[in-house]
Amino acid sequence: MQQQARFINIGERTNVTGSAKFKKLILKGDFEAALDVARQQVENGAQIIDINMDEGMLDSKAAMVRYLTLLAAEPDIARVPIMVDSSKWDVIEAALKCIQGKAVVNSISLKEGEASFLQQAKLLRRYGAAVVVMAFDEVGQADTKARKVEICQRAYQILTEQIGFPPEDIIFDPNIFAVATGIEEHNNYAVDFIEATREIKRLCPYAKISGGVSNVSFSFRGNDPVREAIHSVFLYHAIAAGMDMGIVNAGQLAVYDDIPPLLRERVEDVILNRRPDATERLLEIAAQFKGDGSVAEKVDDAWRSLPVNKRLEHALVKGITDFIEQDTEDARQQAERPLHVIEGPLMDGMNVVGDLFGEGKMFLPQVVKSARVMKKAVAYLQPYIEQEKAGGRAQGKILLATVKGDVHDIGKNIVGVVLQCNNFEVIDLGVMVSCAEILRVAKEQQVDVIGLSGLITPSLDEMVHVAKEMTRLGFTIPLLIGGATTSKAHTAVKIAPHYAHGVVYVPNASRSVSVVQALISAEQKPAYLARVAEEYRIAVEQHQRSRPGERMLSLAEARQNKFQLDLTKVAPAPKQPGVHYWQQVDLQVLRDYIDWTPFFLTWQLSGKFPAILQHAEVGLEARKLYQDANALLDQMIKDNLISGKAAFGFFPANSDGDDIIIYQDDSRTTERCRLHNLRQQLALRNNAPNCSLADFVAPVGSGIADYVGAFAVTTGFGADELAAQYAAAHDDYNSIMVKALADRLAEALAEYLHLKVRREYWGYAANEQLDNEQLIRELYQGIRPAPGYPACPEHTEKGTLFQLLDVPAQIQMQLTESYAMWPGAAVSGWYFAHPDSKYFAVSKIDRDQLADYAQRKGWSEQQAESWLAPNLR
Amino acid sequence: MTKLRLTPQQLRQLLASRILVLDGAMGTMIQQHRLDEAGYRGAEFADWPCDLKGNNDLLVLTQPELIADIHRQYLLAGADIIETNTFNATTIAMHDYQMAHLSERINREAAALARRVCDEVTAQQPDKPRFVAGVLGPTNRTASISPDVNDPGFRNVSFDELVLAYKESTRALIAGGADIIMLETIFDTLNAKAAAFAVLEVFEELQLELPVMISGTITDASGRTLSGQTTEAFYYSLAHVKPVTFGLNCALGPDLLRPYVETLATISEAYVSVHPNAGLPNEFGEYDLGAEAMAAEIADWAKQGFLNIVGGCCGTTPEHIKAIAEAVKDAPPRQPKAADHSFHLAGLEAFAVEW
Repeated sequence: MQQQARFINIGERTNVTGSAKFKKLILKGDFEAALDVARQQVENGAQIIDINMDEGMLDSKAAMVRYLTLLAAEPDIARVPIMVDSSKWDVIEAALKCIQGKAVVNSISLKEGEASFLQQAKLLRRYGAAVVVMAFDEVGQADTKARKVEICQRAYQILTEQIGFPPEDIIFDPNIFAVATGIEEHNNYAVDFIEATREIKRLCPYAKISGGVSNVSFSFRGNDPVREAIHSVFLYHAIAAGMDMGIVNAGQLAVYDDIPPLLRERVEDVILNRRPDATERLLEIAAQFKGDGSVAEKVDDAWRSLPVNKRLEHALVKGITDFIEQDTEDARQQAERPLHVIEGPLMDGMNVVGDLFGEGKMFLPQVVKSARVMKKAVAYLQPYIEQEKAGGRAQGKILLATVKGDVHDIGKNIVGVVLQCNNFEVIDLGVMVSCAEILRVAKEQQVDVIGLSGLITPSLDEMVHVAKEMTRLGFTIPLLIGGATTSKAHTAVKIAPHYAHGVVYVPNASRSVSVVQALISAEQKPAYLARVAEEYRIAVEQHQRSRPGERMLSLAEARQNKFQLDLTKVAPAPKQPGVHYWQQVDLQVLRDYIDWTPFFLTWQLSGKFPAILQHAEVGLEARKLYQDANALLDQMIKDNLISGKAAFGFFPANSDGDDIIIYQDDSRTTERCRLHNLRQQLALRNNAPNCSLADFVAPVGSGIADYVGAFAVTTGFGADELAAQYAAAHDDYNSIMVKALADRLAEALAEYLHLKVRREYWGYAANEQLDNEQLIRELYQGIRPAPGYPACPEHTEKGTLFQLLDVPAQIQMQLTESYAMWPGAAVSGWYFAHPDSKYFAVSKIDRDQLADYAQRKGWSEQQAESWLAPNLR
Repeated sequence: MTKLRLTPQQLRQLLASRILVLDGAMGTMIQQHRLDEAGYRGAEFADWPCDLKGNNDLLVLTQPELIADIHRQYLLAGADIIETNTFNATTIAMHDYQMAHLSERINREAAALARRVCDEVTAQQPDKPRFVAGVLGPTNRTASISPDVNDPGFRNVSFDELVLAYKESTRALIAGGADIIMLETIFDTLNAKAAAFAVLEVFEELQLELPVMISGTITDASGRTLSGQTTEAFYYSLAHVKPVTFGLNCALGPDLLRPYVETLATISEAYVSVHPNAGLPNEFGEYDLGAEAMAAEIADWAKQGFLNIVGGCCGTTPEHIKAIAEAVKDAPPRQPKAADHSFHLAGLEAFAVEW
């Protein structure tokens, strides 16, 4: 590696043609920041800085002069020599008139003939500059070894013999061209350069060889790890052949020995043109190294030498926690007070994150990672701040809670993170928080906004309750409503009328920021609430106006129009009747059954898996997220951090009207219990049947011994604890990830169990052969509707299900007062095996069905109304 | 008169054989005459619209015999080379006295005056040749430093303006009979690069090549020029001029200057010249280092092989030069570093790669 020590790194970032960032700074005249680019280059180990202002939109000469005169006043930059890089002679000359040191001019050539070449070289001597001579003559740019050597040798002779140019000050650039372009003639370009280098050094004593290294990997732009590997391999061989210096990004150069052997071998095949299919073979594996964390992180540490504020910003934007404590400590030592670190660089960095997220340039997973960095930094500073920590510095204080009876909090946690990213103080009360607790804390902490979340439908009523209580207790702060089952219509119709100081439905986490910002701004708030009120007025009108052609049938009419079951196709009796328990589910098996599409939706990346991984816009983030998810999954499974259980069974059953009777045993003499179902009551198009789940079971008196199944599964044991551990370590990203993955595993378990039931336990489809995609598309026989979901929307039926399977005692799953399942990552439902059974939505019911249902359940109508409110017309 | 011009090669040969002595301070000697405003003006500039007291270079026109006498004293003290009284004679420096248009005349007369005294002394003491070094001073403006603290990008003089001024001075110095062109008291290398550029252009224009001496100023113990360069960087930034000598002068006395002289002696492929101040100025602005003490330090430099030309700058007098000449009389001259084609660049610091 002695050769490398001799190699001169020329910084390439102060080049408008090579760095978009630098170009932007120069074009907008921000020379101050443009000087920082040079400073970073020097700090990163550039021994010479290449400065190029050749840009059509720019007065190149003026920009060059201005930049150099300013640079002269910066001793930490001006200490290194300058390479004046321009194709325009007047720019070169103007630059040399500003440089007191000995510079290098890049470049002159024989392109315009000997006379002007000599004239320019002579002047360069007079200015006292070394010179880069490009291998370019009257005929054109040299591409082959022979041409490169011929032109360089000729130029060398002219310079040294005719004007006595010192040979040591001549630097040849024999042209580095891109390889692996797919064009066969380009395959030997790197070899041509390397071999020409060897020959020129032999023929032209003391002359040097240089080149723009990044050209060689041009075909792989967008794949930095592979590009860096190409640069490194190329330099390894070119330096051995005598290359002295190169324009490279010193901070982004893979170490030759650190390149994964497979990649190195294939890159070497390309660089050395060792086999005709070298390009194809590199392309084959290139994608797998793209964004490869291990390679990318190793080479992308240039930012470590930025000033501390920039390091913090970088860490926040990139979500890198590795150095955050160290950087925060550096910032703290520079700051007057520790609080200033939060208010200054950290908030500045988060503002950048917020802006990028707002502009759609960052995606939710990245933002959550940023928040993780922020939290760690703040946690580090906390002991230093102690009493200094005063309220009121944040934009506003937001209370978030998942309402009583509900355990679902992924969405709420995301909202919390996003709001924190935007400089709001968030008080998160967690899940299953009673109304009284929410309002007590809101008052005590003098919060600016309350945000309620919930997933299951009973939570909607709890939110109404909170709104009513806020009115009663004289609150005047706005109330935000969010969560999967919430909607603008529900908020407008059911919640907003109960509270006059602003009830706003927030459809997703990214919207929460603008909503909260509008609500805490004294100027914006009245206009914003007025606009929301107007929207809700319209929503209420639309809701009240029945849709065209929408007509409710009476319950009797609906029953008349029930689904007619083909009794000849009723599934056979279960092969393994009774109730079964899996106490230790093999999670590894479940991975193949994961439906990833909803996982990405959780992170607000919408698109179908696996296509989303290649999505033009979100693909990169989706890939990172997918990678992170699988890494965490690996760990969760390997270390048994979470565990799954299942309970399922099959019961003799027959339908009786809209109820399904479950018998004590196969004698079918004694009723054990009844499953109460609702029936579609809306008049459907084409007079389609008005379904109830009861329709899929052979009726009493048909003489057919039918069965229904039930199941309850969870993969959530340990998930809360693990998520809490991450949260305690200020790692929201993994905290949310744990729960999102547990959810996916629970769904996968439900899918896998259903498969086993169809093929083995019930066994009515023993020969089924479906892949995961077909499973996701529900191409199998039979359904597994879940209480609380559209086909059976009333949640208390889950109580019956849990009793049938003895769930709490056997597998320790619990139900809350609102019939939410605990652990949260859980699925329960019924199995219907008839081939004609299908998913449907009960949708709206009328009061006659409500009364009927109340009577069947043994409820008062009022009780029924509270549980069926979401469906009641 | 068809006197042959001194060539760089001739001067190099001479320097290879012995240490040459340069003269001492001009300003210090002029000060001793305590000239008043009228003394500076003389008859020709009696009605000049601005004050002229302190315009030492003008004295070659208004008090030529006073200047001639100082030159003569240094020659008689043992100097081989005397410097023209043109330190501030460029159009740019003369501008302050509204005398830019007199720059050419002052430079030419100054060179002619020095030439005349040299020839006169050589006629009396024909044991050795005596040379006139035509001085190009740094001007009172800097091309790489902003005079405006609020705008680091501002410059009150450009490279091109400097080239123009230096060309005029160079032509005039040559016309007046200078044997050598000397760029001295360089505190901004960019100014010196402009001066060198001008000198090389004039040589080309006149189809001749005089020996060039380059002498920079390390302003303080930081070891850097005013414009921030180290000794090495300064050297490599001007090495392209291929001067006969490279050296240091002014600002410091021999004690403080020593490490930089040593550095230069180590790296320079040119011969080395030094003319330090007589110590640092005391609280009255006077230089206290006596002739013997100064000569003692310089004798040691000679012994160490640092020197090819030595003289004095601010505060030195013929007495100092006499002592110095005596001190280096028998010392062998330094042998320049052989050319090795090593590759050097420079910013504020030198960049070198040893191949």
